[in-house]
Amino acid sequence: MSDSRVDLAEGFSVESLTANPRQARKERLIRDSLGATALVSVLISGLIIWSLFSEAWTFMVEVDWGAVWDIGWFPRRGIYDIKTLIVASLIVTGIAMIVAGPLGLGAAIYLSEYARPGVRRTLKPILEILAGIPSVVLGFFALEWIAPNVVKTLFGGPAAGSLLAAGIGVGVLVIPLVASISEDAMKAVPMSLREASSGLGARKITTTVRVVLPAAVSGLMAAFIVAVSRALGETMVVFMAGGAAQTAVYTHDPLDGSLTMTAGMTSLARGTDSVVGEGLTFQSLFFVGLVLFIVTFALNLVADRFVHRVREQY
Amino acid sequence: MAKARLIGDRTSKVMVQAMERRAADVRGRVFQFSLLTTLLISLFIIGVLIADVMIDAWGLLTGRPGGFLSGTMRSLSDDPKLGVQQALVGTFWIAVFVAVLAFPIGIGAAIWLEEYAPRNRFTRFIELNIRNLAGVPSIVYGLLGLFLFVQSLGDLTGGKSIAAAGITLAILVLPIVIITAQEAIRAVPQGLKEGAYGVGATKWTMIRSQVLPYAAPGIFTGTLLSMSRGIGEAAPLLLVGAVSGRLGGNPGFFDLSAINAESFMAMPVIIVEWVQNSGRDPGFAEAAAAAIVVLLVFVILMNAAAILLRNHFEKKRG
Repeated sequence: MSDSRVDLAEGFSVESLTANPRQARKERLIRDSLGATALVSVLISGLIIWSLFSEAWTFMVEVDWGAVWDIGWFPRRGIYDIKTLIVASLIVTGIAMIVAGPLGLGAAIYLSEYARPGVRRTLKPILEILAGIPSVVLGFFALEWIAPNVVKTLFGGPAAGSLLAAGIGVGVLVIPLVASISEDAMKAVPMSLREASSGLGARKITTTVRVVLPAAVSGLMAAFIVAVSRALGETMVVFMAGGAAQTAVYTHDPLDGSLTMTAGMTSLARGTDSVVGEGLTFQSLFFVGLVLFIVTFALNLVADRFVHRVREQY
Repeated sequence: MAKARLIGDRTSKVMVQAMERRAADVRGRVFQFSLLTTLLISLFIIGVLIADVMIDAWGLLTGRPGGFLSGTMRSLSDDPKLGVQQALVGTFWIAVFVAVLAFPIGIGAAIWLEEYAPRNRFTRFIELNIRNLAGVPSIVYGLLGLFLFVQSLGDLTGGKSIAAAGITLAILVLPIVIITAQEAIRAVPQGLKEGAYGVGATKWTMIRSQVLPYAAPGIFTGTLLSMSRGIGEAAPLLLVGAVSGRLGGNPGFFDLSAINAESFMAMPVIIVEWVQNSGRDPGFAEAAAAAIVVLLVFVILMNAAAILLRNHFEKKRG
């Protein structure tokens, strides 16, 4: 036994510290293939931008720009009024934020500051289940329940789809998003701030409103922006409950039916003859997609900055 | 009075009074109550949603549950052969595509980003890029699928086929898989890794034997969440061209030729289809509700499993 140990010590050299070449090659191969999978995401971004730009460019070069600022969205007749879609998108997003902002933020404050651990453990998963409900289900709910029971009885609107019904539906959809990002932001506020505030004699409400919320404000902004971006990009609820099919005349009345950017694209692709219209119909799909992509991309970038600010502070 | 005893006998009378006044904090109570109300409203909405769907679906699902699952798309809502089998087959194959493409690529990317990536600008760019991809609206992925997999690569995918749809949805959920897997891998204690290096493991051996087993529950949670997102997503499928109207054949679950056939259906799309049909034939609203129940069973089971799993391990590891 002791002999072999001596042998080992004597034969000890730099070579025995380096891995054998076969193993080293294997390690490099694994590292490189994992690196390649990480690059797939960059490739996807590139493909998205390329596909949007290549078709949207054709549209922008060839379209008669008078048709892009007209009376409504009639893509198959060559009238591509983007303002109809944008205004409808803004109305739906605005309504959604009126619904989801207070509800989501209130739920988040309660869960983060007031709920006992046991209550939190029961209520939070239920909210997370709401987050997982597919948007087609909310589209159905907005059309079959919100429209007749909320829009018609409370606001005197139509029992069928309308921008208001769609907006409330989208609002319900983004409540969990607002709640979970806001709650994360408030949980990230150090306990010592709350303790210091209580130590100075502040009440719970004062601590929450004057200490925790201001300290978490970056995260709350991020929650709000992400929710706006999500609401702008939400498709199925507005497509099913927005109250317009295929075409829409310009409107800014939430009780009317109209098409948002996303609903406009979907109904165009959903036409009887698929996306084979006249002239630039197919390209208009990508033009609207590009506008939507740029807006949501910018919003996400801003939200990302806010989230980072929270992380750097604490 | 009970409060006064808690405060202590030696506290001055003025202080006791000041502290006791706290009990009548009306504003605080109202605030707390309204916060609780907001939360309860949100929960109430889920309750109403599920109740509404269940009531609409009840007749059809209790009347002929088997027939509904094995039936096909029909032009009349009272057709006894109306059902969702074509949609279930489509959704099954989409799930396979997501599992085969998005899971390995996503987990691989997460391992690279957490364990191998140099800390430089390029890595930060990749991470920012992934976070942004997670925020891209699903319909934009539909445009990508339409342009790339239906039109440019139509010869490979078969055009408006389940392959095109499956790849599109795999791309859609990829960022979610990466981000959740990254979080799981980041939570692996440094000590475990150093222990593995200490006994002479190579980097990959260390990852395989320490990092992946420890992070497995978290990674699995992420894959469940992304799968439930993937099978519930409708917008990209409408763009990639799930059929509207009738669907010709009714392929079995393991019929491989269905993958790149020029038509397909999926659960979320059949719901849209039937909701739109309910305009001319109100009975379709019931069929749509029944299809929603079928879809929700899958989605809620996956989500609930993911949440329970995560909470279980969070508690265990503190």
